[in-house]
Amino acid sequence: MKILVCIKQIPDMASKFKPNAAGSWFSEADLAFRMNEYDEYAVEEAVKLREKDPASELAVLSVGPARVVEALKKALAMGCDRAVHVPDEEAYRKDPWQIASIIAGYAKKGNFDIIFTGMQSQDRGSAQIGPLLAGMLGFSCVTTAIGFSLEGRTATAKRELEGGAKGVVKAALPAVITCQLGLNTPRYPTLPNIMKAKKKEIAVLNAAELSSEAALAGTEKFYAPVKKGTGLVLEGGDAAALAGKLIDVLKEKTTVLRG
Amino acid sequence: MKTLLVFEYRRGKPAEANQELLGFAAAAGGECAGVLVGAESGLPAFGGKLYLGDIASLGEYDPGRHAELVLQAAQKESPDLIVFLQSSYGWDLAPRVAGRLKAAQVSAVTGLAEGGFETACCNGKMRRLVKPATKVAVLTLQEGSFPLSGTPSGTPAVEKLAPSGSSAGLEFAGYEEPEKKEVDLAKAEVIVSAGRGIGKKDNVPAIAALASALNGEMGASRPVVDAGWVDHNRQVGATGQIVSPKLYVACAISGAIQHLTGMRNSEFIVAVNTDKDAPISEVADVMVIADVMPFVAALTDKLKK
Repeated sequence: MKILVCIKQIPDMASKFKPNAAGSWFSEADLAFRMNEYDEYAVEEAVKLREKDPASELAVLSVGPARVVEALKKALAMGCDRAVHVPDEEAYRKDPWQIASIIAGYAKKGNFDIIFTGMQSQDRGSAQIGPLLAGMLGFSCVTTAIGFSLEGRTATAKRELEGGAKGVVKAALPAVITCQLGLNTPRYPTLPNIMKAKKKEIAVLNAAELSSEAALAGTEKFYAPVKKGTGLVLEGGDAAALAGKLIDVLKEKTTVLRG
Repeated sequence: MKTLLVFEYRRGKPAEANQELLGFAAAAGGECAGVLVGAESGLPAFGGKLYLGDIASLGEYDPGRHAELVLQAAQKESPDLIVFLQSSYGWDLAPRVAGRLKAAQVSAVTGLAEGGFETACCNGKMRRLVKPATKVAVLTLQEGSFPLSGTPSGTPAVEKLAPSGSSAGLEFAGYEEPEKKEVDLAKAEVIVSAGRGIGKKDNVPAIAALASALNGEMGASRPVVDAGWVDHNRQVGATGQIVSPKLYVACAISGAIQHLTGMRNSEFIVAVNTDKDAPISEVADVMVIADVMPFVAALTDKLKK
């Protein structure tokens, strides 16, 4: 079994985002980066599958600038066998079609049976890479998996639906599975595994050689949303004083503290 | 501008959210037609042309053949835009259709602006203005962004289509129902919800104590449920319970879109957060900027007196 997991590195979502000089995406100054949360679930699921079959092999891939090597190292420490870095300082300007094309350019030669990735990135939130990649490779594709099992060449995935029900889908391999939060419990890399990961291979490939597809869409602007409500802000002072202020507001504006 | 709306069936009937597609069509202007995998006995209220695939043969989930149906309708209509909901159906099907057409896709569209589309990014905290460079573009609409004014009406002019094509290696094996909801949050007048920012499971009882001091129920955001701190039957959001209490207190919840979907219709919303710009501020009537646990303790204390 040959397994690939595709990951992205994203800024901490609690950060304050400011536009870059071109005004088309965030400025990376002062931001701390980490592995996309959805991709952590993808890595965990791939590692679990890898562990069941000692003859299998698990590669992790990321497209992006030099900093993404940190995310690759984490995936290696979680249990991936080898990493592939496609350095691309301009990755943030590429659209999902271009990124999927780069990954497909690598994956089509890799003879993979199954590819895991997050259902979306936390920063871009396009949720397109998985299905686009599957289309380019001619793989089956299940999105938003919160349950996964494999028997022979058939994967069974549970898709999360509105209202809490799940749709059960069987997919013939080769397949792309996009992972939803809650699919599993991503492990923390242990110190021995972090040490072991240092010896694992990180291959470097050339983005332009993998794909020369042009963008289908471009980002013109990046900005904070216009606030719809003009909510009241309570801040400063100690917790007791703030709590007192809030109680006054609740007494005035709601009925829940009456009677 | 010509628009092809991809309507949705959910569990045997047209999805209520279909009216957001009509809201989008009204906002975009121009001609519009629809396409649906459904049944003639249950058509959406829509006054235009509707391409209909038979749900009895195509099933509710078969993205290979559903994509084929949308492509057939697109060939007949030559639309500028093919529009889906940003739903479990839409985000799954849209990129398959876009990929086949090599069309630009803009996901989670929140508005129309400057000849392009505004979309949510960075967990709903920021926006992008995106312009497609292809003749036809595929969109998914962020829930709640295109409300329809008034009630949808009309009867569609149906043209049946029978897509060929394969199921793309997939087989739908049925539904798994959600666990029975022992906690009916929908009936609670006050809900105090815990978010990931409470830090650890040990802090859950303090949130529950505040809920009880307000004679309410405790709810939770998805990450808290995923982490196993709180049971799934207390989850508020698109995939949990949809609530509209008199008072909703969001404790250390940043406000992911799927959570906002579940609670934005609450009568009065208080958010306690250290981040003034967290997306929850978009819907909050009061933002309390404070460390959540000391504040919750102080508030509970004062309410008990």
